[in-house]
This record gives sequence, structure tokens and C-alpha cells, in this order.
Amino acid sequence: MTNVTKLTAAELSELLTDRSVSSVEVTRAHLDHIAAIDTDVHAFLHVARDAALATAARIDARRAAGDELGPLAGIPIAIKDVLATLDMPSTAGSKILEGWIPPYDATVVKRVRDAGLIPLGKTNMDEFAMGSSTEFSAYGPTHNPWDFDRIPGGSGGGSAAAVSSFQAPLALGSDTGGSIRQPAAVTGSVGVKPTYGGVSRYGSIALASSLDQVGPVTRTVLDAALLHDVIGGHDPLDSTSLTDSWPSMAAAARAGLADGALKGVRVGVIKELNGDGFQAGVSQRFTETLALLSAAGAEIVEVSAPNFEYAIAAYYLILPAEASSNLARFDSVRFGIRVNPDEGPLTSERVMAATRDAGFGPEVKRRIILGTYALSAGYYDAYYGSAQKVRTLIQRDFEAAFTKVDVLVSPSAPTTAFKFGEKMSDPMAMYLNDVTTIPANLAGVPGMSLPMGLAPEDGLPVGLQIMAPAKQDARLYQVGAAIEAMLEASWGHTLLSQAPELAPNDMFTSTEGAV
Amino acid sequence: MKKAELMDYDKALELFEPVLGFEVHVELNTKTKMFCGCANEFGQGANTNTCPTCLGLPGGLPQVNAQAIESSIRLGLALGCEIAEYSRFARKNYFYPDTAKNFQTSQYDEPIAFNGQLTIELESGRLVTVDIERAHMEDDAGKLTHVGGATGRIQGADYSLVDYNRGGVPLVEIVTQMIEGGEADSPEIGRTYVAAIREIVKALGVSNARMEEGNVRCDANVSLRPRGSNILGTRTETKNVNSLRSVEKAVRYEIQRQAALLQAGGTITQETRHWHEDTGITSAGRPKSDADDYRYFPEPDLVPVAPSREWVEELRATLPEPPAARRKRLQADWGFADLEFQDVVNSDLMDAVEATIAAGASAQAARKWWTGEVARLANVAGVSADSLVQPDQVAALIELVVAGTLTDRLARQVLEGVINGEGTPLEVVEFRGLAVVSDDGALIVAIDEALAAQPDVLAKIRDGKVQAAGAVIGAVMKAMRGQADAARVRELVLERAGSADGSAE
Ligand SMILES: [Zn+2]
Repeated sequence: MTNVTKLTAAELSELLTDRSVSSVEVTRAHLDHIAAIDTDVHAFLHVARDAALATAARIDARRAAGDELGPLAGIPIAIKDVLATLDMPSTAGSKILEGWIPPYDATVVKRVRDAGLIPLGKTNMDEFAMGSSTEFSAYGPTHNPWDFDRIPGGSGGGSAAAVSSFQAPLALGSDTGGSIRQPAAVTGSVGVKPTYGGVSRYGSIALASSLDQVGPVTRTVLDAALLHDVIGGHDPLDSTSLTDSWPSMAAAARAGLADGALKGVRVGVIKELNGDGFQAGVSQRFTETLALLSAAGAEIVEVSAPNFEYAIAAYYLILPAEASSNLARFDSVRFGIRVNPDEGPLTSERVMAATRDAGFGPEVKRRIILGTYALSAGYYDAYYGSAQKVRTLIQRDFEAAFTKVDVLVSPSAPTTAFKFGEKMSDPMAMYLNDVTTIPANLAGVPGMSLPMGLAPEDGLPVGLQIMAPAKQDARLYQVGAAIEAMLEASWGHTLLSQAPELAPNDMFTSTEGAV
Repeated sequence: MKKAELMDYDKALELFEPVLGFEVHVELNTKTKMFCGCANEFGQGANTNTCPTCLGLPGGLPQVNAQAIESSIRLGLALGCEIAEYSRFARKNYFYPDTAKNFQTSQYDEPIAFNGQLTIELESGRLVTVDIERAHMEDDAGKLTHVGGATGRIQGADYSLVDYNRGGVPLVEIVTQMIEGGEADSPEIGRTYVAAIREIVKALGVSNARMEEGNVRCDANVSLRPRGSNILGTRTETKNVNSLRSVEKAVRYEIQRQAALLQAGGTITQETRHWHEDTGITSAGRPKSDADDYRYFPEPDLVPVAPSREWVEELRATLPEPPAARRKRLQADWGFADLEFQDVVNSDLMDAVEATIAAGASAQAARKWWTGEVARLANVAGVSADSLVQPDQVAALIELVVAGTLTDRLARQVLEGVINGEGTPLEVVEFRGLAVVSDDGALIVAIDEALAAQPDVLAKIRDGKVQAAGAVIGAVMKAMRGQADAARVRELVLERAGSADGSAE
């Protein structure tokens, strides 16, 4: 029998529909694989083995009973720990939420469950999604499946590592400044940040409310589209959720697989997002991809986005400002850990302070302090106010560019996966890693990362970022699927088929495989 | 808490000019909370009306209650405010355990309503126009109960309990401009202003407007300016003054306290102060400065509120007659003397009296019954008069009295029956058999018996000592168990005494 963990969600969907495999078989195979390799990868903070198998059995029973099921019913999914889940701890990678089980499901989680997907567990992340490497997780870093000495990206390194190491075909992520796309790029997987407001944020533990967006993490563009169709659409519980009706992203992705799908597509290359500061192998693969696109009939247009150079500065004012307020609720009064001060009186204020001191990691504290400062009276206009103006300018850059082109492209990240510890002592270097992804969050436009090869110098995955105008997520899927097909045709294989085969951990397979 | 040194009130006004400002919080009576679907109601178990959003759980998000927006706009319009074309919520950041998110979702530089005016009339007839700076929307905090310790305050408590049922309840905060020139009327201006706000929100139906339940809460700012100076004094903010009388007393107290302190060479600390209903004094709360940094910024989880002009005009058309104008009209219509009308207004019985008159009663009878017997029974029961009995029942009762079916005394018994739930006044009359005996035949029998039993009285009547008839009338009324019209009995007694004379035939 084929190894079902190597199949895409779309392939599994067919097998499940014609009942050549059961959801229990698929789920168990993934759980066994997690048991075998995740002590090394550490993609998961929590694995819900029993619950997953029970859910899978229910889906199999419903299928046997002839129930109408969605295309992803019975397929396992990993859930980023930033999302509230009724039956699993939700810690956002922070000590302060250790063991906290929410009394509710995030809207996207509810939709995933309603669609019959099988939650396998919760994936690792930088604490409160602050970071680009998962090194800021309070529960230890996730390792890049391509090289265990390297970071899997962040903040959603756990979800990206889970799908790229075949522990799950699908995962949910959240992207505030690149937390879905950059991990996808450095692990050779696919990640999409939808249009702001396209996917509900209700139940997603907020980092920066005006930037956060939940999205799919997968191995193929079609799989991402299928998952997007499940989680997207208006949610009355999120006031910033768009009320638009959306076309099928899966249909768009399938349309992209048709011959000649790239013919006449105007592809804008953002001048400011290449060259200086970009790893040679990253730039090389990008240039080669543009050449292939051109050969496929796309029209390559260079566009300028002059205000992108201020994006990081604006982002690192807006994000900490919003985060400092969003994270105020972690005060030990209603949930999470409570730490009493070592000495002195036990006042609520002092307990709050002691809890926050013990519960938050260094990057979280750094950003809370930055944001508190940026919002302070007398500084507001200079910092937060100016950053909002930059944001408007960046939105205008996008608008201007999209009058000339259908999609914009750039490398998803300036480098391939870096080594653990390389940027821990230098926050600015870590922040600069998001230079390519941040503009889409500031403007609210959708962005996707998909693999565009391995960098020759280190043999590590390089990601291509595609961006479309706001609400044109379908265009992203159509063009993305077309480029993915074009690249895979040029290589003769998928990129992830080149990833090292991870050795099973015997200790786990022997005991856990017998269920 | 020791009572502060107070200066004689007249003396204080001789030396200083009081400058006032009020922040009145009105709790809206929407079905659900400001930013979530939880019920906006009290009397439930602690923390039962809560959800991830109003508990400030990680991942919770707010949604604006459309009814609260509508109520706020109507309130803004009733206060003569302009309604913003574009209004935003903002986060007011501060840590306190009753504030689940550790920020209050309020409005900062873009309130829903601004630039209003409210003219109030003092008892002297003096009209005072209060300028309204703004009326903005926000969510209420939860309720803290401090357990242990002497003061019931957070300082010194062993522990504190938080009930978030109130957390997230919609509030409109109405902020006045500085009120100058109030002079000796300043305390009354405070009371009358808050009363006017209360009356308006009640007339609009946007709030239950019960001060004792905290539906309307007043923070009173008071500062003193030395006569001849144009420099404003430092102000204090007395929080949560929750009755009209207390507003008046608190303002007066602060004027006297601050005057004494300033006169003794002291300085006023800019601070919040607590009002103590029992002792009638204020005490220092926490220091407050204009530089308190709440790090306001626009609430990114909510989209701006942009009410269309058409909608605002539609809502304007739903405004009730302004309460002050209505009072003038009703007093004229009813022909009440000032004192009679004040009695009705102060007892909060205008609506009840109006409805009773509409149901057919005369104005004076309606006033007499509501402010008299109904109010008395309500007082005994410890409830509001208008919750005790319906206006149409009172009108029906009055009709029975006018028709002569009931005497006032019987009518009072019938009212008790109605309040006891025995039915309409007519049903109570039948059920209790309380109607006046209007059958002369039955009365004459009783009178003749009584006269026969008291021949000395009969003799006196015949001698023209008519006042002696009282003893016979009393006996007859007793025999009729009170269900007779005493005036008719008197008539018949005199008649029978006369005819008894002639009955010797
Ligand atoms: Zn709620």
C-alpha cells in the first residue's frame, strides 16, 4: 500500500471518497509518523492521538452511512497553537498560557471540524507569534526537516515543519508579518496569507489586530486552496471580517493547472525586494523563475514600490503598539498561570507584574516595552501616527503597481533557513528577515509563498512570494498553481521529494504503532 | 474617616466662585452587551452572562451592538448634539482587575455625539444652559467585591472577587463643558442637571434610568476660583454619586471643603474622591492628573461607525417631546398648582397620572390617588408607585367613586384588593361586597331601629339639636358595616326623626 503520508490532501480526498482508504488509516499513519520523527523535529506542542482517531472513526462511519461530506472530510490537519481549541491546550508558545484549555473553538477551528477534518494536535510557534525562527517558543524550537541545525522559520515554524516532514498534509497558520509565508519558504512548503478580513480572526490569540490573518499551510497550492475554501468567508464574530462572497479558491487553483494559464499574465517584479541583502542563491532561483515565466507567456514588468523601504520601521511600531495592548489581558486574573512575587505584599498589581515577568519571554517583553513607549502621550504622533501614514503610502504603492500588473512577485525571504542562534542576539537582523513579507500585511493584500528551488550554495529551499490585490485571493491561487506546475515540470519532481528522509524513532514506533 | 474642615457655605461663595463639570454615565438597556451577545441583565449568578469576548479571553473579539449605536445617537440628538459622520472606538489602556481586557473600549477623539446643550430650570425659575462637550460610547467594567480588611476597598482586603456580568454593558458617557456662573445655585445645578439627564434617557427609553441600581452614575468635578482671579482652581472629581440628593450634597460639600482648605493656605490635590452616602462626606481616592497616560489608540478590532445622515434624521424623528417642555405643557393642561405638580414630578408619577387622566379620570382625582393612597401603599411595600397598580385600574376606581358606588374609604379597600391581585376595581367590589348601600329601604330599617334604641337622642333631634344625630348615624354606619353613604344616612336620619314625630298617628 502507498505511504498515505506522502499524498497531498487532494489525492487523499479522492482515496477517501472512493473508500480505498479510511480516515482512521490515514490518521493513524500520520500519528505514527509524528510519533516516529517529531521528537527530533518538534513541530507539535500537543498531539491528540485518541481524539484524532475517534474523530476519524466518526467520519468513516458518516461516510459509510452515505452522509454528504466535504472534500477535506477525514483528512488530518495540524493547528497552530495560536488558535483556541476546546479540547487541546492553546498556549501561543508562551509559558503564561501553559496548560490553558480554552472554553471555545476559534472560528477557523470550528469550520475545520465542521468540514470533517481531523485535528492531530497543536503546532509550535514563536511566543505570541513574535519571531521568525520558533526560537522564541517557550517550549523549545522546532527543527527544519531539511537540516535539524536550522530554523524552520517563524513564527509558524511548527506548522510548516509538520507539513514539510509529512506529519500532516494540511496545517493552519497565522501571518502578521510573514509567519505563514517565511516558514513555507524555508521548509519548501506552501503558505498563504489571505486578504485581511478574508478569514476570521475570532479565537486567534491576537498579536497585532490590524495585521494578523489566519491562513493555510500545505505542500501544494491546490491543497491550500481547498483549505482556504473551508476556513474563509464572513464571520459575524469578527467585525473586521469582510462580508463579500468569495469564489472557490480550489476552482481557481484548478484553472491554473490548465495549459497556457500563464499566457498574458502581467507579473510585476518589485525592484525594492531583490538585490542587496538577498542571498545569491535566492536571487538566482528568482531570476530563473522569471525566465521560465517569460517563456510560459507571462509578461514580466518591473515595478517600483518606493515606500517599501519604510515598511519594517512602520511595522515595528504598529505591531508592538497593538501587541502591548492585546497582551495586557494576560494578568493571571481569569486564566493562565499565576505567579506570586517572591517577597512583599500580595496585591493584585504585584501579582500581575510577577506573573507577567515570569510568564513572558524576552522578545515579548521587548515588544511590549516598545509598544507601550510608542503609544505614550507625546510620542504617539511621532511613532504610531507616522507609522500609520507610512502604511497608507505602502497601500498606495500597491495600488499603483496593481494598475500595471496582475500579480507582484519577489523572493519570499531574503535568505534560506539560517542556523539556530545566528540572529538571536541581534533583533534587527531577525526583523530584517521579514522585509519581503511585511508590506502585504501593512496593506492587507493577499500573499503566497511556494517553493521555487533549492539554493545552490546550501541546497536549502527558496520560496517565491506572489501577491495580488486585496480580495483577489483567487487570482493568487490560479497564478500560484500555474507557476507551481511550471516549476515542477521543469524539475521533473516536487521540491519536497528532495527533502531528506527522516529516520523513524524506534522507541516510539514500537509502542505507539500497535493501536 | 474624619470629617474635613468645612467653611460656611455663604462665606465660601463670598470668597470663591465654584466651577463645575459633570460626567454622567448612562447604562443603556439594550438586550445584549456592547461588544458581545451576552445578556445585559442583572440578578444572575456571578459571571454567568459572560463569553470569551467580555471575559477578555485570548482570541476574543468585539462586535458592535447596533442597538447601542442607535440609542447613543438618539441620546446625542436629545442633548442637542451633532452626530459624527465618522466615529471610532479607541482603547483606553490601564490595568485593573475589573477590566477584563485591561483596556476599556471607549471613544477618544472621535465620539459619536458632540457639541450639545441642555437648558435646565432651577426651583427659583432660573434657567441655566449647560454645554455638552461630548457623549461617547464605551463598555462598563465588572464588579469587584473586596473581602476582608476594614474598609471594603481593595487596599487591605484579604482577597477580591470579580463578577464580569456587568463587564461589557453599554454605557454612554456625557461630558459637560465647564459650568461657570452657577454661584450659590451650584449644588442645585448639579442635582437638576443629573435629574434632567435621567428624565431624558427615561423618556427616550434608552436606559432603565434607575440611579439606585447604577443605571445613571454621576462624577462631579468641582473647583474654586478666588474672586477677582481668572485662574482656574485645581479640581477634584467625586466619583459615582448615585442619587440626585447626593449630587447636590457632594457639590456643596466640596465647595465648603475646598474653600476651607484654600483659605487656610492649603492646596487642592487633583484627585478622585469617594462620596459616602451614609456620612455625607467625600474622601480622597487616587491622585489624578491631566497627564494620566491611557495610551489611547484607535481600536483595531472594530471598524469605524459611520451613521448615514438619513438614518440620523430618521432617528431624530423618533425623539419624544423634551421632558422640560412636556412638564410645562402637562402642568398647564392639568391646571395643577406648582406645589401639586412638583409633588407629582418628584414622586416620578407624571406618566402614571397622565395615563390615568387619559383613561378618563379627572386631573385632580388622578393626582390625589397617585400621590396619596397609591404612594403610601408603595412606600409601605418599598416599591415604586407605578409598579404597584396600572393607571387604568386607578381610573376605574376613581370612576366608581365619582358614580357614588364607593366612598373614599371603601375605595381604599378596593385599591388594596386590586393590588392584591383580586381583579379590577369592579370585580373587587363584587368579590368583597363593598359597594355603598344605596337602597334607602335597607337604610330606613336600620335608622328606625337605631332611633328606637336611643329615644333620648331622638328627643334631642326633635328639639332641634341636630348635632345629636351623629350618634345615630354612627350606629347605622356600623350596622351597614360602613357600606353606606354617610351624607345620605344623615339626611334620612333627620327625615325619619321628623317623621317619627308624625308617625304617632
Ligand atoms: Zn460576552
